[in-house]
Amino acid sequence: MSEPTVELRDVVRRYPGQPPVESLRGVSLTIEAGELVGVVGPSGSGKTTLLHIMGTLDRATSGSVRIAGLDTTSMSDREVAGFRSMRLGFVFQQFYLIDGMSVVDNVAEGLLYRGIDVRTRRQFALAALERVGLAHRLAHRPSQLSGGERQRTAIARAIVGRPDLILADEPTGNLDSVSGAGIIALLRELHEAGATIAVITHNAELAGAMTRTVHLVDGRIADE
Amino acid sequence: MSSRSRLRPRDLAGLAGLGLRTRTLRAALSALGICIGIAAIVGVVGITQSSESSLLGQIDRLGTNLLTVQNGRSFNGAEATLPLSATAMIGHMPAVQHVSATALLAPAVYRSNLVPTFETGGIGARATDVSLLGTLDGSLVQGSFLNAATSRYPVAVLGFGAAQYLGIARLDAPTLVWIEHRSFVVIGILDRLPLAPEIDQSVLVGWPIAESALGFNGFPTRIYVRAATDQVVEVDSLLAPTANPQNPEQVAVSRPSDALAARLAVQSSSTTLILGVGAIALLVGGVGIANVMFVSVLERRTEIGLRRALGATRRHIAMQFLAESLLLSSIGGIVGVLSGLATTVFYAVIQGWAVLIPVAGMLAALMAAVVVGGAAGIYPAVRAAGMSPTDALRST
Repeated sequence: MSEPTVELRDVVRRYPGQPPVESLRGVSLTIEAGELVGVVGPSGSGKTTLLHIMGTLDRATSGSVRIAGLDTTSMSDREVAGFRSMRLGFVFQQFYLIDGMSVVDNVAEGLLYRGIDVRTRRQFALAALERVGLAHRLAHRPSQLSGGERQRTAIARAIVGRPDLILADEPTGNLDSVSGAGIIALLRELHEAGATIAVITHNAELAGAMTRTVHLVDGRIADE
Repeated sequence: MSSRSRLRPRDLAGLAGLGLRTRTLRAALSALGICIGIAAIVGVVGITQSSESSLLGQIDRLGTNLLTVQNGRSFNGAEATLPLSATAMIGHMPAVQHVSATALLAPAVYRSNLVPTFETGGIGARATDVSLLGTLDGSLVQGSFLNAATSRYPVAVLGFGAAQYLGIARLDAPTLVWIEHRSFVVIGILDRLPLAPEIDQSVLVGWPIAESALGFNGFPTRIYVRAATDQVVEVDSLLAPTANPQNPEQVAVSRPSDALAARLAVQSSSTTLILGVGAIALLVGGVGIANVMFVSVLERRTEIGLRRALGATRRHIAMQFLAESLLLSSIGGIVGVLSGLATTVFYAVIQGWAVLIPVAGMLAALMAAVVVGGAAGIYPAVRAAGMSPTDALRST
């Protein structure tokens, strides 16, 4: 049995200020490879901070963070950047697609910082777009897509590099219920194919589709 | 497995063009400042160099060995007289190749005897040796110059400017001008004489007819001397005592090609001024680019956050924005160089100059554009790179 994909021990994130704000107050969380975990909690509970720390975009003030078997707390800024490019995939509520690029190039951008040449990137992007059911939209601009299609594009960008961990922040937050249901189904499909996914949400329907749900209240895990 | 982020140079070039593709008009406007500055610099350098080379060519063609001897000026501004012997004495100097005497005559010249006497138009009559044309290395537009025979008769040769003023362009029909109530037949029109502009504005008559018909006393007022090219300086220093041994200090010797050379100096000083203006335009263009890059960094905050999440290092983000700034300024620089060149060619062709491409100026201008673009991009790039990914990704 390999190491867990995510292993947090007593993670604290304190933002300096008067008074200092503690966003996470000692979170311990383990996510095994292949899990589809929902992190649920009211706004202000520290969900996004938790996602940022799992995604190495933010640093824990104290505690240990091991992602994909590597201790990320001791990595330099360059090292965590490389780590993100190789090991992690992100999905955001606002999709964050780049308007000046076609759908396939947006997805290929997910491999840009691995130093792969553009033709290979596009081939991988094509495969990823097929997996999310957007093979017919390759040359479109993001602005020509529906919200659901945009989020599918963003998911394709997150999975194009076959990351060890996919982190999704309210992936259905900007979508109507039909499109949202499609995205939930897609995440389940990816999970069934073996992907490890952590989803942050306060959408009950989305949370219910997860194999496991973690409740976060005031920076602490309330129960599982 | 290597876990370092890498960005291929080719991909960086693609990223640099991203902002231009999505916001083309803004990019074009921000590059315009650089473009104008560079165009001004290249245009001015090109036009000046073309003009200088044509002026230098003119000086070479006209020669720098022509000297004029005058006896200063009298109080009323008229040319004062030199001794009668001056011409012969100068002619005996060993290094002198040609010498020709002229004398400004008192009477004015009129197109007809009906023109009021005060309308002289600045056209003066001059008596001249028949050798003048050879000494000045001049040529005729129409007709012929004076010779020993025609010098005795009431005939005249017009300087280029004088012919224009008098409205005489062709000599097909017998043409007359009036000097001191006497008619003179025009037998020739001179081409421009850049080294003797006073001849351009004169009507030339022979020495004998001036003495017999126009009350001329025979004293020369201005003597043209062609010296051996390698001894111009020596001849220059000896001309005054030779022309007027009694009062050498009254004699003024000048070298008309010096005036043309002075024009070169004037031109290059005004070039410096315009180059300064071009440099300021370049600087303002750089500020414009810095401005646009700042706005771009703010607008593309989420793109920066996204790229950090995709694995970009701070360095990659800085390089992306620096490259965009360099691309903007290079495009401005290249378009500017091309417009500057077009201006140079256009102006030189209109002026009839040989086109001189200012290669060094062009390269310097392009480099200046790149330096300005780099300087303008540094701070926005550093700002972009310094953004924390979590701040950049925060919605709203």
